[in-house]
Amino acid sequence: MDLNMDLNAPHSMGTTIIGVTYNGGVVLGADSRTSTGMYVANRASDKITQLTDNVYVCRSGSAADSQLVSDYVRYFLHQHTIQLGQPATVKVAANLIRLISYNNKNMLETGLIVGGWDKYEGGKIYGIPLGGTLIEQPFAIGGSGSSYLYGFFDQAWKEGMTKDEAEQLVVKAVSLAIARDGASGGVVRTVVINSEGVTRNFYPGDKLQLWHEELEPQNSLLDILNSPSPEPMNI
Amino acid sequence: MNFMASKQPENSLLGPEADSQRTLYPYVTGTSVVALKYKDGILMAADMGGSYGSTLRYKNVERMKAIGKHSLLGASGEISDFQEILRYLDDLILYDNMWDDGNSLGPKEVHNYLTRVMYNRRNKFNPLWNSLVLGGIKNGQKYLGTVSMIGVNFEDDHVATGFGNHLARPILRQEWHENLSFEDGVKLLEKCMRVLLYRDRSAINKLQIAKITEEGMTISQPYSLKTYWEFSAFENPTQGAVGSW
Repeated sequence: MDLNMDLNAPHSMGTTIIGVTYNGGVVLGADSRTSTGMYVANRASDKITQLTDNVYVCRSGSAADSQLVSDYVRYFLHQHTIQLGQPATVKVAANLIRLISYNNKNMLETGLIVGGWDKYEGGKIYGIPLGGTLIEQPFAIGGSGSSYLYGFFDQAWKEGMTKDEAEQLVVKAVSLAIARDGASGGVVRTVVINSEGVTRNFYPGDKLQLWHEELEPQNSLLDILNSPSPEPMNI
Repeated sequence: MNFMASKQPENSLLGPEADSQRTLYPYVTGTSVVALKYKDGILMAADMGGSYGSTLRYKNVERMKAIGKHSLLGASGEISDFQEILRYLDDLILYDNMWDDGNSLGPKEVHNYLTRVMYNRRNKFNPLWNSLVLGGIKNGQKYLGTVSMIGVNFEDDHVATGFGNHLARPILRQEWHENLSFEDGVKLLEKCMRVLLYRDRSAINKLQIAKITEEGMTISQPYSLKTYWEFSAFENPTQGAVGSW
């Protein structure tokens, strides 16, 4: 483990997380790899965590820090909901995350994307990177895998997508990041949140589209060797 | 209720950064702010970039905000600390309004408040990592001041933060004069912002110009500046010395 990191460069964080708004709600997406150094401790983690019925958070960076922050915020939001008498807004959830992230900025190493739907503002995405800046965005990307996605989103993002377009964009993006980022991998999980409720989806690694220099998975070399040779061509 | 405030470190397994009494380092940062006094008040310009190290990560960050009726605050440095300063100022303006005494804090008072906040944090080795520009006009009196993260503060006819200190202030020293018109003021700021765009790696081509006058504060829509690249020396720079740069 590297203790002499350049203090002027931000820490890069394992994971790829994405949050995207569409006309009617939000789609959150993440990979599923949790690593301890070079070892993959969990290849099927769930990085999209529930805060309330209508607000979820994508976690990146230190697993411990992000879990604790989510747990505290879930606890506060629960009390807030009881006191308020109606579902908490996405903005309140995001601000609670910001409060903890900002006030403990020296000790925490976690970047979070809060996404959800409420009746006042509809679907909203808030990015809360290292340091505790709160920034509302039409879409947000985070984690070490996001480095490979800035160019992709600059080109592929557009306003007013449908739910299916947004989800396909998220799946494609996480899949592209997994292809190039060693700290991201496994399955793609998505969570769609809108006025009708919440839907969880699961895209296993072997069902994703193949990218450059990736090959179709086989059961064994023997299958390739034993497969019938191609018919000679007729010119 | 203090459970969300930072915990006192008992043992720093996380290294020196975990000690909340020590200086932090910034994560999401804004670059230069440039401002000048003109005929009717203050003009201020800042781009909309939030850099994350060398990545130009956020391109829609508003780094200038109105404070009360008479002031305009622009900030460079850590954005989360700027957001916190805005919260402090919200409280300050709220208390000022609650006096309901017909008096309101002017730019000089707000600048003084910020100076005290920044200097006191610096003394505790826990600075707010910003350079601030505070401009405004009250009862016809124009005011433009700046405070740094270590509490250095002063007022002047034109100020800049960050790279702007090195690139914009020389231009302003040459070309600023008393009673600039709005158009001349904007052109002068744009000249400064264009140089910063050419020469500051963290600058992005999306900026806003804010104006504060006796009537109030307005902030322009985000816009981009044209840049010039068609110098003949740019087209074939190594012609005279192949292999050079």
